[in-house]
Amino acid sequence: MIGRYVHVDIDGVPHRLYFEEAGPTDGIPLVCLHTAGADSRQFRHLLADAEITRRFRVLAFDMPWHGKSTPPDGWERSEYRLTTQSYTAAIRAFCKAMELDKPAVMGCSIGGRIVLNLAIAHAREFRALIALEAADFQQPWYDTAWLHRPDVHGGEVCAALISGLIAPQSPPARRHETLWMYMQGGPGVFKGDLYFYRVDGDLREKVKGIDTTACPLYLLTGEYDFSCTAEDTRRTVAQIPGAQLQIMKELGHFPMSENPAKFREYILPVLAKIS
Amino acid sequence: MSLADRFACLPALLAADRDLIRRGRWLEVECRIEIGAEPFFLVLRGGALARLDRGPKLMGSTAFTFRATDEAWLQHWKRVPEPGWHDLFALTKRGAASMEGDLRPLLQNLQYFKDLLALPREKA
Repeated sequence: MIGRYVHVDIDGVPHRLYFEEAGPTDGIPLVCLHTAGADSRQFRHLLADAEITRRFRVLAFDMPWHGKSTPPDGWERSEYRLTTQSYTAAIRAFCKAMELDKPAVMGCSIGGRIVLNLAIAHAREFRALIALEAADFQQPWYDTAWLHRPDVHGGEVCAALISGLIAPQSPPARRHETLWMYMQGGPGVFKGDLYFYRVDGDLREKVKGIDTTACPLYLLTGEYDFSCTAEDTRRTVAQIPGAQLQIMKELGHFPMSENPAKFREYILPVLAKIS
Repeated sequence: MSLADRFACLPALLAADRDLIRRGRWLEVECRIEIGAEPFFLVLRGGALARLDRGPKLMGSTAFTFRATDEAWLQHWKRVPEPGWHDLFALTKRGAASMEGDLRPLLQNLQYFKDLLALPREKA
Protein backbone atom coordinates (compact mmCIF):
# COMPACT_ATOMS: atom_id res chain seq x y z
CA MET A 1 0.00 0.00 0.00
CA ILE A 2 1.41 3.38 -1.05
CA GLY A 3 0.15 6.83 -0.07
CA ARG A 4 0.73 9.80 -2.34
CA TYR A 5 -0.62 13.21 -3.21
CA VAL A 6 -1.98 14.38 -6.54
CA HIS A 7 -2.70 17.94 -7.60
CA VAL A 8 -6.01 18.33 -9.38
CA ASP A 9 -8.23 21.19 -10.39
CA ILE A 10 -11.81 20.68 -9.25
CA ASP A 11 -14.14 23.15 -10.92
CA GLY A 12 -11.16 25.40 -11.57
CA VAL A 13 -9.97 25.40 -7.95
CA PRO A 14 -6.55 23.85 -7.22
CA HIS A 15 -6.65 20.95 -4.79
CA ARG A 16 -4.09 18.60 -3.32
CA LEU A 17 -5.66 15.19 -2.78
CA TYR A 18 -4.19 12.42 -0.68
CA PHE A 19 -4.80 8.90 -1.88
CA GLU A 20 -3.64 5.38 -1.21
CA GLU A 21 -3.35 2.59 -3.70
CA ALA A 22 -2.43 -1.06 -3.84
CA GLY A 23 -2.33 -3.55 -6.67
CA PRO A 24 -0.69 -3.64 -10.09
CA THR A 25 -0.69 -0.45 -12.12
CA ASP A 26 -2.22 -2.43 -14.99
CA GLY A 27 -4.83 -3.96 -12.71
CA ILE A 28 -8.55 -3.21 -12.98
CA PRO A 29 -8.86 0.26 -11.43
CA LEU A 30 -11.25 0.29 -8.44
CA VAL A 31 -11.82 3.73 -6.97
CA CYS A 32 -13.21 3.67 -3.42
CA LEU A 33 -15.25 6.54 -1.94
CA HIS A 34 -15.42 6.93 1.84
CA THR A 35 -18.44 7.96 3.88
CA ALA A 36 -19.43 11.43 5.01
CA GLY A 37 -17.32 12.90 7.79
CA ALA A 38 -14.64 10.22 7.52
CA ASP A 39 -11.70 9.41 5.24
CA SER A 40 -10.12 6.73 3.10
CA ARG A 41 -8.74 4.81 6.07
CA GLN A 42 -12.14 3.09 5.93
CA PHE A 43 -10.78 1.10 2.99
CA ARG A 44 -7.44 0.12 4.49
CA HIS A 45 -8.47 -3.51 4.87
CA LEU A 46 -9.51 -3.71 1.23
CA LEU A 47 -6.20 -2.13 0.21
CA ALA A 48 -4.36 -4.74 2.27
CA ASP A 49 -6.30 -7.66 0.81
CA ALA A 50 -3.88 -9.58 -1.40
CA GLU A 51 -6.62 -11.53 -3.13
CA ILE A 52 -8.29 -8.32 -4.25
CA THR A 53 -5.11 -6.45 -5.13
CA ARG A 54 -3.91 -9.38 -7.19
CA ARG A 55 -6.26 -8.31 -9.98
CA PHE A 56 -7.44 -4.85 -8.95
CA ARG A 57 -5.59 -1.57 -8.64
CA VAL A 58 -7.44 -0.29 -5.60
CA LEU A 59 -7.37 3.46 -5.08
CA ALA A 60 -8.96 5.35 -2.21
CA PHE A 61 -8.68 9.15 -1.98
CA ASP A 62 -9.57 11.52 0.81
CA MET A 63 -12.22 13.98 -0.38
CA PRO A 64 -11.24 17.63 -0.06
CA TRP A 65 -11.60 18.77 3.59
CA HIS A 66 -11.21 15.16 4.78
CA GLY A 67 -8.25 13.20 6.09
CA LYS A 68 -5.01 14.36 4.54
CA SER A 69 -6.71 16.23 1.70
CA THR A 70 -6.64 19.67 3.21
CA PRO A 71 -9.26 22.19 2.14
CA PRO A 72 -8.39 24.47 -0.78
CA ASP A 73 -6.68 27.79 0.01
CA GLY A 74 -9.10 30.35 1.44
CA TRP A 75 -11.19 27.69 3.19
CA GLU A 76 -11.38 29.81 6.31
CA ARG A 77 -13.65 32.28 4.49
CA SER A 78 -16.23 29.67 3.52
CA GLU A 79 -18.62 27.18 5.04
CA TYR A 80 -18.04 23.71 3.68
CA ARG A 81 -20.95 22.26 1.78
CA LEU A 82 -20.84 19.22 -0.50
CA THR A 83 -23.02 19.25 -3.57
CA THR A 84 -23.78 16.73 -6.31
CA GLN A 85 -21.87 18.91 -8.71
CA SER A 86 -18.75 19.35 -6.55
CA TYR A 87 -18.66 15.69 -5.52
CA THR A 88 -19.00 14.46 -9.10
CA ALA A 89 -16.34 16.91 -10.22
CA ALA A 90 -13.91 15.67 -7.57
CA ILE A 91 -14.34 12.04 -8.55
CA ARG A 92 -14.01 12.70 -12.26
CA ALA A 93 -11.00 14.98 -11.67
CA PHE A 94 -9.25 12.28 -9.66
CA CYS A 95 -9.94 9.60 -12.26
CA LYS A 96 -8.70 11.88 -15.03
CA ALA A 97 -5.56 12.92 -13.13
CA MET A 98 -4.74 9.27 -12.47
CA GLU A 99 -5.46 8.44 -16.13
CA LEU A 100 -7.74 5.58 -15.15
CA ASP A 101 -9.23 3.55 -17.96
CA LYS A 102 -12.96 3.17 -17.30
CA PRO A 103 -12.52 2.47 -13.59
CA ALA A 104 -14.93 0.64 -11.38
CA VAL A 105 -16.15 2.89 -8.57
CA MET A 106 -17.31 1.68 -5.19
CA GLY A 107 -18.77 4.23 -2.78
CA CYS A 108 -20.33 3.96 0.66
CA SER A 109 -23.13 6.10 2.08
CA ILE A 110 -22.68 9.47 0.37
CA GLY A 111 -20.25 7.53 -1.80
CA GLY A 112 -23.04 5.12 -2.61
CA ARG A 113 -25.44 7.94 -3.40
CA ILE A 114 -22.97 9.65 -5.72
CA VAL A 115 -22.40 6.28 -7.43
CA LEU A 116 -26.10 6.35 -8.29
CA ASN A 117 -25.55 9.84 -9.71
CA LEU A 118 -22.64 8.56 -11.76
CA ALA A 119 -24.90 5.80 -13.04
CA ILE A 120 -27.49 8.38 -14.05
CA ALA A 121 -25.22 10.94 -15.70
CA HIS A 122 -21.83 9.37 -16.50
CA ALA A 123 -22.36 5.63 -16.84
CA ARG A 124 -20.21 5.18 -19.92
CA GLU A 125 -17.12 6.52 -18.13
CA PHE A 126 -17.08 3.49 -15.80
CA ARG A 127 -16.92 -0.27 -16.20
CA ALA A 128 -18.88 -1.05 -13.02
CA LEU A 129 -20.52 0.86 -10.20
CA ILE A 130 -20.92 -0.48 -6.66
CA ALA A 131 -23.16 1.43 -4.25
CA LEU A 132 -22.77 0.45 -0.61
CA GLU A 133 -25.47 1.57 1.83
CA ALA A 134 -27.23 3.55 -0.85
CA ALA A 135 -30.74 4.44 -1.90
CA ASP A 136 -32.55 7.11 -3.88
CA PHE A 137 -33.67 8.81 -0.69
CA GLN A 138 -33.48 8.21 3.04
CA GLN A 139 -35.64 9.62 5.79
CA PRO A 140 -33.59 11.88 8.13
CA TRP A 141 -33.34 10.69 11.72
CA TYR A 142 -31.61 13.58 13.48
CA ASP A 143 -31.05 17.32 13.16
CA THR A 144 -27.62 17.94 11.62
CA ALA A 145 -27.34 21.26 13.45
CA TRP A 146 -26.06 19.24 16.42
CA LEU A 147 -22.97 18.26 14.45
CA HIS A 148 -21.33 21.68 14.59
CA ARG A 149 -21.98 24.01 17.47
CA PRO A 150 -19.75 25.49 20.14
CA ASP A 151 -21.38 23.81 23.13
CA VAL A 152 -21.09 20.25 21.80
CA HIS A 153 -17.81 18.50 21.00
CA GLY A 154 -18.07 17.98 17.25
CA GLY A 155 -15.91 14.89 17.00
CA GLU A 156 -17.55 13.07 19.87
CA VAL A 157 -21.11 13.86 18.82
CA CYS A 158 -20.44 12.84 15.22
CA ALA A 159 -19.07 9.51 16.36
CA ALA A 160 -21.79 8.97 18.94
CA LEU A 161 -24.58 9.64 16.44
CA ILE A 162 -23.28 7.16 13.89
CA SER A 163 -22.17 4.53 16.40
CA GLY A 164 -25.62 2.99 16.24
CA LEU A 165 -25.21 2.31 12.55
CA ILE A 166 -22.56 -0.31 13.29
CA ALA A 167 -23.84 -3.87 13.64
CA PRO A 168 -23.62 -5.32 17.17
CA GLN A 169 -21.68 -8.29 15.78
CA SER A 170 -18.86 -6.14 14.42
CA PRO A 171 -15.58 -6.65 16.29
CA PRO A 172 -14.97 -4.01 18.99
CA ALA A 173 -11.56 -3.05 17.62
CA ARG A 174 -12.98 -2.39 14.16
CA ARG A 175 -15.98 -0.56 15.63
CA HIS A 176 -13.82 1.82 17.61
CA GLU A 177 -11.42 2.40 14.75
CA THR A 178 -14.41 3.40 12.62
CA LEU A 179 -15.61 5.75 15.37
CA TRP A 180 -12.14 7.24 15.81
CA MET A 181 -12.16 8.45 12.19
CA TYR A 182 -15.40 10.33 12.88
CA MET A 183 -13.93 11.89 15.98
CA GLN A 184 -11.12 13.29 13.85
CA GLY A 185 -13.24 15.08 11.25
CA GLY A 186 -12.81 18.82 10.73
CA PRO A 187 -15.38 21.21 12.25
CA GLY A 188 -18.57 21.26 10.22
CA VAL A 189 -17.30 18.81 7.61
CA PHE A 190 -19.66 15.95 8.41
CA LYS A 191 -22.53 18.43 8.50
CA GLY A 192 -21.44 19.88 5.16
CA ASP A 193 -21.32 16.43 3.58
CA LEU A 194 -24.86 15.78 4.73
CA TYR A 195 -26.10 18.76 2.72
CA PHE A 196 -25.50 16.58 -0.34
CA TYR A 197 -27.07 13.56 1.36
CA ARG A 198 -30.15 15.25 2.74
CA VAL A 199 -30.87 18.10 0.37
CA ASP A 200 -28.97 18.12 -2.87
CA GLY A 201 -28.78 14.39 -3.51
CA ASP A 202 -32.46 13.40 -3.55
CA LEU A 203 -32.73 10.90 -6.41
CA ARG A 204 -36.33 9.88 -6.17
CA GLU A 205 -37.65 9.40 -9.71
CA LYS A 206 -34.20 10.09 -11.20
CA VAL A 207 -32.93 6.54 -10.58
CA LYS A 208 -35.48 5.26 -13.06
CA GLY A 209 -33.25 6.70 -15.76
CA ILE A 210 -30.31 4.40 -14.93
CA ASP A 211 -29.32 2.12 -17.79
CA THR A 212 -27.46 -0.88 -16.38
CA THR A 213 -26.60 -2.04 -19.90
CA ALA A 214 -24.37 1.03 -20.14
CA CYS A 215 -22.68 0.13 -16.86
CA PRO A 216 -23.51 -2.70 -14.44
CA LEU A 217 -24.73 -1.51 -11.05
CA TYR A 218 -24.51 -3.35 -7.74
CA LEU A 219 -26.16 -2.25 -4.50
CA LEU A 220 -25.15 -3.80 -1.18
CA THR A 221 -26.65 -2.73 2.16
CA GLY A 222 -26.03 -3.99 5.68
CA GLU A 223 -29.12 -5.20 7.54
CA TYR A 224 -28.26 -3.13 10.65
CA ASP A 225 -28.04 0.10 8.69
CA PHE A 226 -31.04 2.17 9.77
CA SER A 227 -29.83 5.29 7.98
CA CYS A 228 -30.12 3.54 4.63
CA THR A 229 -32.33 0.60 5.40
CA ALA A 230 -32.56 -2.63 3.49
CA GLU A 231 -36.05 -1.50 2.51
CA ASP A 232 -34.68 1.78 1.13
CA THR A 233 -32.24 -0.11 -1.06
CA ARG A 234 -34.84 -2.69 -2.15
CA ARG A 235 -37.17 0.14 -3.14
CA THR A 236 -34.40 1.73 -5.17
CA VAL A 237 -33.36 -1.48 -6.90
CA ALA A 238 -36.97 -2.22 -7.83
CA GLN A 239 -36.88 0.90 -10.01
CA ILE A 240 -33.68 -0.01 -11.86
CA PRO A 241 -33.94 -2.96 -14.24
CA GLY A 242 -30.78 -5.03 -14.14
CA ALA A 243 -29.43 -3.61 -10.87
CA GLN A 244 -28.01 -6.29 -8.58
CA LEU A 245 -29.06 -6.31 -4.91
CA GLN A 246 -27.40 -7.86 -1.89
CA ILE A 247 -28.51 -7.37 1.71
CA MET A 248 -25.58 -8.14 3.99
CA LYS A 249 -26.27 -10.02 7.22
CA GLU A 250 -24.61 -8.88 10.46
CA LEU A 251 -23.28 -5.70 8.87
CA GLY A 252 -24.16 -2.04 9.28
CA HIS A 253 -23.43 1.22 7.54
CA PHE A 254 -19.63 0.86 7.34
CA PRO A 255 -19.15 -2.71 6.11
CA MET A 256 -15.60 -2.32 4.77
CA SER A 257 -14.43 -0.71 8.01
CA GLU A 258 -16.57 -2.15 10.82
CA ASN A 259 -16.13 -5.80 9.80
CA PRO A 260 -13.83 -6.24 6.82
CA ALA A 261 -13.75 -10.03 7.19
CA LYS A 262 -17.54 -10.25 6.94
CA PHE A 263 -17.69 -7.68 4.15
CA ARG A 264 -15.22 -9.74 2.17
CA GLU A 265 -17.77 -12.57 1.92
CA TYR A 266 -20.10 -10.23 0.05
CA ILE A 267 -17.76 -8.09 -2.01
CA LEU A 268 -15.52 -10.82 -3.45
CA PRO A 269 -18.30 -12.32 -5.59
CA VAL A 270 -19.14 -8.84 -6.93
CA LEU A 271 -15.50 -8.14 -7.76
CA ALA A 272 -15.25 -11.56 -9.42
CA LYS A 273 -18.13 -10.59 -11.74
CA ILE A 274 -16.38 -7.32 -12.59
CA SER A 275 -13.08 -8.98 -13.32
CA MET B 1 -38.34 -9.77 35.86
CA SER B 2 -40.34 -6.93 34.31
CA LEU B 3 -38.71 -4.38 32.06
CA ALA B 4 -39.02 -1.73 34.76
CA ASP B 5 -37.44 -4.11 37.26
CA ARG B 6 -34.53 -4.61 34.89
CA PHE B 7 -34.08 -0.87 34.58
CA ALA B 8 -34.29 -0.51 38.36
CA CYS B 9 -31.03 -2.48 38.51
CA LEU B 10 -29.25 0.47 36.92
CA PRO B 11 -27.41 1.65 40.06
CA ALA B 12 -25.61 -1.65 40.44
CA LEU B 13 -25.05 -2.05 36.71
CA LEU B 14 -23.52 1.41 36.39
CA ALA B 15 -21.46 1.11 39.55
CA ALA B 16 -19.84 -1.98 38.04
CA ASP B 17 -18.88 -0.11 34.85
CA ARG B 18 -15.99 2.12 35.92
CA ASP B 19 -15.12 2.99 32.33
CA LEU B 20 -18.63 4.29 31.64
CA ILE B 21 -18.50 6.41 34.79
CA ARG B 22 -15.10 7.74 33.65
CA ARG B 23 -16.52 8.70 30.27
CA GLY B 24 -19.37 10.55 31.98
CA ARG B 25 -17.17 12.41 34.46
CA TRP B 26 -18.21 15.83 33.14
CA LEU B 27 -21.90 15.02 33.35
CA GLU B 28 -24.23 16.68 35.82
CA VAL B 29 -27.88 16.30 34.84
CA GLU B 30 -31.32 15.23 35.98
CA CYS B 31 -33.28 13.36 33.36
CA ARG B 32 -36.34 11.22 32.98
CA ILE B 33 -36.40 7.83 31.29
CA GLU B 34 -39.75 6.19 30.63
CA ILE B 35 -39.89 2.42 30.46
CA GLY B 36 -43.28 2.02 28.82
CA ALA B 37 -45.73 3.64 31.22
CA GLU B 38 -43.32 3.75 34.15
CA PRO B 39 -41.13 6.83 34.63
CA PHE B 40 -37.71 6.84 36.25
CA PHE B 41 -35.98 10.00 37.47
CA LEU B 42 -32.20 9.91 37.25
CA VAL B 43 -29.80 12.27 39.01
CA LEU B 44 -26.36 11.91 37.45
CA ARG B 45 -23.27 13.45 39.03
CA GLY B 46 -19.81 12.92 37.60
CA GLY B 47 -21.12 10.06 35.48
CA ALA B 48 -22.42 8.14 38.49
CA LEU B 49 -26.02 7.71 39.60
CA ALA B 50 -26.55 9.90 42.64
CA ARG B 51 -30.20 8.99 42.75
CA LEU B 52 -32.74 6.87 40.88
CA ASP B 53 -36.42 7.37 41.68
CA ARG B 54 -38.98 4.99 40.26
CA GLY B 55 -42.56 5.95 39.50
CA PRO B 56 -44.46 9.23 39.09
CA LYS B 57 -42.93 12.20 40.87
CA LEU B 58 -45.04 15.17 41.87
CA MET B 59 -43.62 18.24 40.07
CA GLY B 60 -40.58 16.24 38.97
CA SER B 61 -38.33 18.56 36.96
CA THR B 62 -35.75 17.27 34.52
CA ALA B 63 -33.61 18.57 31.67
CA PHE B 64 -34.84 16.03 29.14
CA THR B 65 -36.96 12.93 28.77
CA PHE B 66 -36.32 9.82 26.72
CA ARG B 67 -39.28 7.50 26.46
CA ALA B 68 -39.79 4.23 24.65
CA THR B 69 -42.44 1.56 24.42
CA ASP B 70 -42.24 -1.73 26.27
CA GLU B 71 -41.59 -3.49 22.99
CA ALA B 72 -38.74 -1.10 22.20
CA TRP B 73 -36.96 -1.80 25.47
CA LEU B 74 -37.63 -5.54 25.24
CA GLN B 75 -36.01 -5.65 21.82
CA HIS B 76 -33.25 -3.17 22.66
CA TRP B 77 -32.20 -5.17 25.70
CA LYS B 78 -31.83 -8.52 23.91
CA ARG B 79 -28.27 -9.81 24.12
CA VAL B 80 -27.94 -9.20 20.39
CA PRO B 81 -30.75 -6.92 19.30
CA GLU B 82 -32.39 -7.42 15.94
CA PRO B 83 -31.82 -4.83 13.18
CA GLY B 84 -33.80 -1.67 13.78
CA TRP B 85 -33.94 -2.14 17.55
CA HIS B 86 -30.26 -1.90 18.40
CA ASP B 87 -29.76 1.86 18.85
CA LEU B 88 -31.72 4.67 20.51
CA PHE B 89 -32.01 6.48 17.18
CA ALA B 90 -33.15 3.30 15.46
CA LEU B 91 -35.96 3.30 18.02
CA THR B 92 -36.85 6.95 17.45
CA LYS B 93 -36.74 6.55 13.69
CA ARG B 94 -39.26 3.72 13.79
CA GLY B 95 -41.52 5.70 16.14
CA ALA B 96 -41.01 3.42 19.14
CA ALA B 97 -39.20 6.10 21.16
CA SER B 98 -38.96 9.85 21.46
CA MET B 99 -36.91 12.51 23.22
CA GLU B 100 -37.83 15.96 24.38
CA GLY B 101 -36.63 18.84 26.51
CA ASP B 102 -33.18 20.40 26.64
CA LEU B 103 -31.26 17.82 24.63
CA ARG B 104 -27.86 19.48 25.10
CA PRO B 105 -26.67 17.29 27.98
CA LEU B 106 -27.89 14.25 26.05
CA LEU B 107 -26.05 15.20 22.85
CA GLN B 108 -22.99 16.38 24.78
CA ASN B 109 -22.73 12.92 26.32
CA LEU B 110 -24.50 10.89 23.68
CA GLN B 111 -22.35 7.76 23.69
CA TYR B 112 -22.49 7.72 27.48
CA PHE B 113 -26.30 7.76 27.41
CA LYS B 114 -26.47 5.13 24.67
CA ASP B 115 -24.30 2.87 26.78
CA LEU B 116 -26.12 3.72 30.02
CA LEU B 117 -29.52 2.86 28.59
CA ALA B 118 -28.12 -0.38 27.16
CA LEU B 119 -26.81 -1.60 30.55
CA PRO B 120 -29.97 -3.66 31.30
CA ARG B 121 -28.94 -5.80 28.33
CA GLU B 122 -26.64 -7.52 30.80
CA LYS B 123 -29.76 -8.85 32.52
CA ALA B 124 -30.88 -10.62 29.34
